[in-house]
Amino acid sequence: MTTSLLSAQNLSVRFGGVLAVNNVSFDVREGEVFTLIGPNGAGKTTVFNLISRIYTPTQGTIDYAGPQGPIRLTDQPPHQIASLGIARTFQNIELFEHATVLHNLLVGRHTHSRSNLLSEIFFTPAVRRAEIEAREQAERVIDFLDLQHYRDTMIAGLPYGVRKVVELARALCTQPRLLLLDEPSSGLNVEETDDMAFWIQDIKHELGITVLMVEHDMSLVSKVSDRVLAMNQGEVLAMGTPREVQGDPGVIEAYLGSVDDVSSLRREVA
Amino acid sequence: MLFQVLQLLISGIAQGCIYGLIALGFVLIYKATETVSFAQGELMMLGAFGGLACMTFLGFPFWISVISAIAAMAVFGMAVERLVIRPILGQPAFSIVMLTIGIGYVARGAVTMIPAIGTETHTLAVPYKDMIWKFGGNEMGIGALVVNVEQVVVIVCTALLCALLFVMFRYSKLGIAMQASSQNQLAAYYMGIPVRALNGLVWGLAAAVAAIAGLLLAPITFIHANMGFIGLKAFPAAVVGGFGSLPGAIIGGLIIGVVESFSGFYLPEGFKDIAAYIVVLLMLMVKPNGLFGEKLRKKV
Amino acid sequence: MRFIFKTDYDQDIRLAKHGGHVFWYGLLCVLLAAAPVLLSEYLLAQLTFILIYGIVGLGLMLLAGFTGLFSIGHAAFLGVGAYTQAVFTGMGVPFPIALALAALLSAAVGIVVGLPALRVKGIYLGIATLSFGFIVEEAFARWESVTGGNAGMSVGQVNIFGWVADSGTSFYFVCLVIAVLCTLACINLLRTSTGRAFVAIRDSEISAQSMGIHLAYYKTLSFAISAALAGIGGALYAHQIRFLSPDQFNIIQSIDLLLMVVIGGLGSIHGAFLGAIFLIGLPQAISAVKDYLPEAIAQAPGLKAVIYGAVLIAFVLFEPLGLYGRWLKVRTYLQLFPFYRKGMFKRQKSFQKSDRLK
Repeated sequence: MTTSLLSAQNLSVRFGGVLAVNNVSFDVREGEVFTLIGPNGAGKTTVFNLISRIYTPTQGTIDYAGPQGPIRLTDQPPHQIASLGIARTFQNIELFEHATVLHNLLVGRHTHSRSNLLSEIFFTPAVRRAEIEAREQAERVIDFLDLQHYRDTMIAGLPYGVRKVVELARALCTQPRLLLLDEPSSGLNVEETDDMAFWIQDIKHELGITVLMVEHDMSLVSKVSDRVLAMNQGEVLAMGTPREVQGDPGVIEAYLGSVDDVSSLRREVA
Repeated sequence: MLFQVLQLLISGIAQGCIYGLIALGFVLIYKATETVSFAQGELMMLGAFGGLACMTFLGFPFWISVISAIAAMAVFGMAVERLVIRPILGQPAFSIVMLTIGIGYVARGAVTMIPAIGTETHTLAVPYKDMIWKFGGNEMGIGALVVNVEQVVVIVCTALLCALLFVMFRYSKLGIAMQASSQNQLAAYYMGIPVRALNGLVWGLAAAVAAIAGLLLAPITFIHANMGFIGLKAFPAAVVGGFGSLPGAIIGGLIIGVVESFSGFYLPEGFKDIAAYIVVLLMLMVKPNGLFGEKLRKKV
Repeated sequence: MRFIFKTDYDQDIRLAKHGGHVFWYGLLCVLLAAAPVLLSEYLLAQLTFILIYGIVGLGLMLLAGFTGLFSIGHAAFLGVGAYTQAVFTGMGVPFPIALALAALLSAAVGIVVGLPALRVKGIYLGIATLSFGFIVEEAFARWESVTGGNAGMSVGQVNIFGWVADSGTSFYFVCLVIAVLCTLACINLLRTSTGRAFVAIRDSEISAQSMGIHLAYYKTLSFAISAALAGIGGALYAHQIRFLSPDQFNIIQSIDLLLMVVIGGLGSIHGAFLGAIFLIGLPQAISAVKDYLPEAIAQAPGLKAVIYGAVLIAFVLFEPLGLYGRWLKVRTYLQLFPFYRKGMFKRQKSFQKSDRLK
């Protein structure tokens, strides 16, 4: 019996006159890969921003099965989200430009550090041990994503594809239970997208992390997703397995415009 | 009593106009290039000295001096932009602020270095100097409302200048081009906007406005090398109005000027100097983006 | 050319990353310890000033260089520390306790000044700190019962439970010890999660928040620590100068402090001290050169301002990484000789994007 890790009910958010998200409800089950698809401007990233509490919904709630029991996410301040086990990547990459890759990953370990200010100023042995522990965890993630080569490079000098991977690595360093990936394959070429697909599958199977992602690349979506939610103009169009949703007429019309060219775009589920 | 209040009001508004004009310069530059220029105060000082130089050394009559000083400062502003500001666009905002502070230092120091003239206070021989108007009261002038014509000139000129700028920005392509280049320079380039020429023009305009402020202020506070420090009070004016708003700059200046004027009279000593700063702190607590500022969020 | 082969996490964490570090910094310590013997009394006093300004610079570097919060009124904290030290020393409180009080009071003022930082960013924060700077300066002048107002206030000597630092040398050592401790404290802070949190806030607030960093707490902490360091520097400054007056802590002093960290190199600990060397050294250099300049220029009162401004402009235009950046380039050149490539430190040309949307 798979439990619901995150569930959004009647989520709506309004920015001035724009209703960016309108009455969206869905639930993400533990251990699955759940994807949000939809044309640009559909409100997918806005939903992410609602979950990570960058925005506050004008209506609706988000419930999360926290480590100590169910929690109303919409009551939490933004900086608590990471310690609840929710990590995210950003569509336009929000890395720390003037720091090395390792440094970025170590920031990801922030919620796991227990040292207080005074012991940090004196750099007590306990702080030293905590530092070594943090680095060991970061190294695990570096190994997982093959970032050894870039460990000591400044972000400002890295190509786009590598930055996307570092963004993912940083999110993994927080040891999340739920990982929000915002367009993980945007800007990546075919090989990098394939790598990303393998990593998402490894994250699901090896690390046991639930993944909620926004994606445009349909081949990636079909390859890794268990369930898909299609959105358009802030509203839910369809929800189900990738096949079901891709075959839904409403989705086809929103995405592609006409029914005719669908057959060439339908992909086989891996 | 009423006349007292009126007099305080008028001098507050006049002083506020000066703050507003300098703040206008900041906001012009900020709207166009999103750089904050700490050099506006010193540009004002240079403008005043320029007028002085034209009148006393070149012997120009008053109006010619005024126009030459303004024109000279406009050219100076464009030159500063071309030589010093343009190479560093794209660097973090803080570096550019430090650069403008450096420009201010150089300007102030250079003027102080001019033998005999730099270290002294001068007067500007304006045609309306020391004139006052009296309203009411008896023939002896007792009980009358005394209005300093110099202050009235400041207010009227500021109003005219604002009207002129408003017309220019509303009905010309320049205003839209400026906003485009301030939000995303690269895109503005692609759209064919001559961003670099535009920046130069804006700096020239801001310098001209500062020069006008200096010339207006000169009869009231006299011309001296440390005049530029008045420019520091213009920052609270710009913040109170909202940093991206041109009318806001003027209104912010007026608020600061009036508050200062009244606190100088009614509050204990020392409050006049910091009144502007208390006002800006209150504003930042209540409405962080100022009266007319816009609240923008980054879209992630 | 040195290649460091890392086999241990400790190598990454510890302060001296390789033998060369140990050697050069050890030499520096020896030279600093021997300074009273090597330098004249006047130069020793200047070195003491460098240490004092270096401590203040550490604070401002932490705030502006590492956390990205710009404070244009930092002299206010210097003043709070200085006056607190003066008042408590005058009451007979021993030096270490007075110093601690100076640091704590400055930190408290720092927290208050930092409150706007929680709501506003960038230039608005700069103006807020500028405003606080003016208000605090005026407070020093008006609160005559405590500070002596514009007439000034004299400061007693360093009295550590009976041992009085009554010579230039003994006071120098007091400053040296405190400077070293402060520097170590800052370096320690920067290599742990708090320091990383500061840098995260500087580079991207939104993702820092999503990594679990409580923005309000860390911004306030940065202000508090930065103010405390400035307060400690101020306390030592009070003892060095022996006479305080409010106009020593005005906007010019604040801008001098900013000048110091910018020219030193934003974002580096070395930058604080290099900037301090520059700040104290430049007037000396100007005096030395004055003899060779024509009378009219040398005696002009505005010369210092012109040179300061010109140097600041030159650094921002040609060496934005500051003195430390220039040193890094020189060192890399020497290390990689003859393989140093001209464009190694070149910043990627960036087109200005709207700061308002950060």
